[in-house]
Amino acid sequence: MSKLKNILFVLIFSIIVLNSSNSAEKSPPFLETKWTFKGLFGKFDRASLQRGYQVYTEVCASCHSMKYLTYRNLAEKGGPEFSEAEAKAIAASFEVTDGPDSTGEMFVRPAKLSDKFVMPYANEQEAKAANGGAYPPDMSVLVKARKGGADYIYSLLLGYSEPPEGVELDDGVYYNKYMYGNKIKMPAPLSDDLIEYTDGTKATAEQMSKDVTNFLMWSAEPHLEQRHKTGFRVIAYLIILTILVYFTMKKIWSRVEPKV
Amino acid sequence: MSDHEYTPSSKFGKWFNDRLPLLTLANHLTDYPTPKNLNYWWTFGGILTFCLITQIVTGLVLAMHYIAHADMAFSSVEHIMRDVNYGWLLRYVHANGASMFFLAVYIHIFRSLFYGSYKSPREIIWILGIIIYLLMMAAAFMGYVLPWGQMSFWGATVITNLFSAIPLVGESITTWLWGGYSVDNPTLTRFFTLHYLIPFLILGLVVLHIWALHVPGNNNPVGIDIKKPSKDTVPFHPYIVIKDAFALLMFCIVFALFVFYQPNILGHADNYIEADPLVTPAHIVPEWYLLPFYAILRSVPDKLMGVVAMLSAILILAALPWLDTSKVRSAVFRPLFRQFYWILVADVLILGYVGAMPAEGLYLLIARVATAYYFAHFLIILPVLGWKEKTTPLPLSITEPVLGGSPNLAAARSDEKIEKTIK
Repeated sequence: MSKLKNILFVLIFSIIVLNSSNSAEKSPPFLETKWTFKGLFGKFDRASLQRGYQVYTEVCASCHSMKYLTYRNLAEKGGPEFSEAEAKAIAASFEVTDGPDSTGEMFVRPAKLSDKFVMPYANEQEAKAANGGAYPPDMSVLVKARKGGADYIYSLLLGYSEPPEGVELDDGVYYNKYMYGNKIKMPAPLSDDLIEYTDGTKATAEQMSKDVTNFLMWSAEPHLEQRHKTGFRVIAYLIILTILVYFTMKKIWSRVEPKV
Repeated sequence: MSDHEYTPSSKFGKWFNDRLPLLTLANHLTDYPTPKNLNYWWTFGGILTFCLITQIVTGLVLAMHYIAHADMAFSSVEHIMRDVNYGWLLRYVHANGASMFFLAVYIHIFRSLFYGSYKSPREIIWILGIIIYLLMMAAAFMGYVLPWGQMSFWGATVITNLFSAIPLVGESITTWLWGGYSVDNPTLTRFFTLHYLIPFLILGLVVLHIWALHVPGNNNPVGIDIKKPSKDTVPFHPYIVIKDAFALLMFCIVFALFVFYQPNILGHADNYIEADPLVTPAHIVPEWYLLPFYAILRSVPDKLMGVVAMLSAILILAALPWLDTSKVRSAVFRPLFRQFYWILVADVLILGYVGAMPAEGLYLLIARVATAYYFAHFLIILPVLGWKEKTTPLPLSITEPVLGGSPNLAAARSDEKIEKTIK
């Protein structure tokens, strides 16, 4: 009886666990690629983050904002780790409106490390108006805001194709097999040799998708490397302490007369 | 109670203790006679206290950096995640801590159900526990609203809208709760205030819960009354303290795995999208620990009756000491009850599962059957079982189980096995 019960439980539990990761909407399995940030000691690929920033700034940034990021983040530990001079130069290539100055006027100046990433549009309405009514989402935490995370973003970037027969698309709507409902208002953003990497890496669509997804993962979880490092230490400490406490417990309880 | 008179050894200690008997209290807590056969399911009381303290401490620091304003809440959370020193750690501990808290409380409640800990003379402990559980759900729900993501906003909208089902005054109550005509800034600020208040209410109730426990003393896996102190008991310190510490550390390892390696797996991706009153998410689902009740709510076609059913599902637990008519506490000696107990556990898991699925077709049917069974368990099966069931003979004490090949000892053995590993 108790065996049967256990089997029943394992069954129910595994069904629940397996199914909870499936949404009601079926989408094809994500494209597979190796992420260096996964796993117990997962770290970002520094060069890929730097290339990813280049893809973001040369391609995505014309429509997508990243309003929670600051230029100083680009030089911080655990990120793309540009040198401070490089980060300053990147910041200075953007213009921000500051003020009011002592005469009460607003003025334009080059961005500094302490400035937030400059946004492509002044507000959501302007962004919508410029993009056929669809708001290009802010990308700061985009990876965490989508089911499937990095795998989803990577697959979506490479998931464009001609619509299958029988699927009618309006003007300005594109077919993407990973998108919810398969219809997306963003045209395929990446194609081979769209940009020229400064480090000489060949800019294939796959390479750019991977680099920019890495970059977006970092922007969503800027402390991921520290989290993994701290986590390993914490868990190692806990395991050692647990073992010590276990033997202490055995010793203490050995004083109690054994049960019948 | 069996406390002997305690006199502090030092002169100052005696002087102080005569005026405020804190040392007597400390002595009581140290010597508190505890059944020596408690298994690991009994360590979750201590674990829950740890969870509460963790939530209060991390929450306190988070509140120093969080801004309760509809326009700034989401970005203040991102500020915590990015720029506050160890802010990511605080927030992930707090968010996953809520899940761990509920995991522990469910184990604690189901332990009580299995061993009949709610029965006389422990009804007040049980009812205090149910009130704590209700407050926990309120605190968790309001806490989930604070980051002001899409699920925060729409979860708050769905749940507060339930009050509109109340006849006549429903609409007014909902407006009053919102502080406006929809979930908006006033809703957020009052939820923040209440989210800050409730843990301290819980803390007070936990003190009462433990106080009420220390009057009759712990129940135990055998479920019989024991003489205290006797050879059936051990002093709380060091025996139970070290055992609780061991269990707590194991629990912390699981906790840490979530916090450091899967911090977002128990949350919903949509909550990283800032709240937008104009865009409704495809599926609005509550956090996992509320899913069984969400399933009960949706399984009733009428809104008002759905709310009544959901509330009854929780409040029925408060009547449990009187619904369960059996004089025998522990399921170890109740062969039939034991089977119905496991069916109930499966039933609640199924409810949780269908609660996460869209309320349509087969899922809805399963939810309805499971809801009906849930109530039948408490209203029909338990009362009838008390009359009909033939329980197996109880031992006279923990150290002297019944002799002579009683079949239920096989069931009791699972507890013994754990006992043996300790020794």
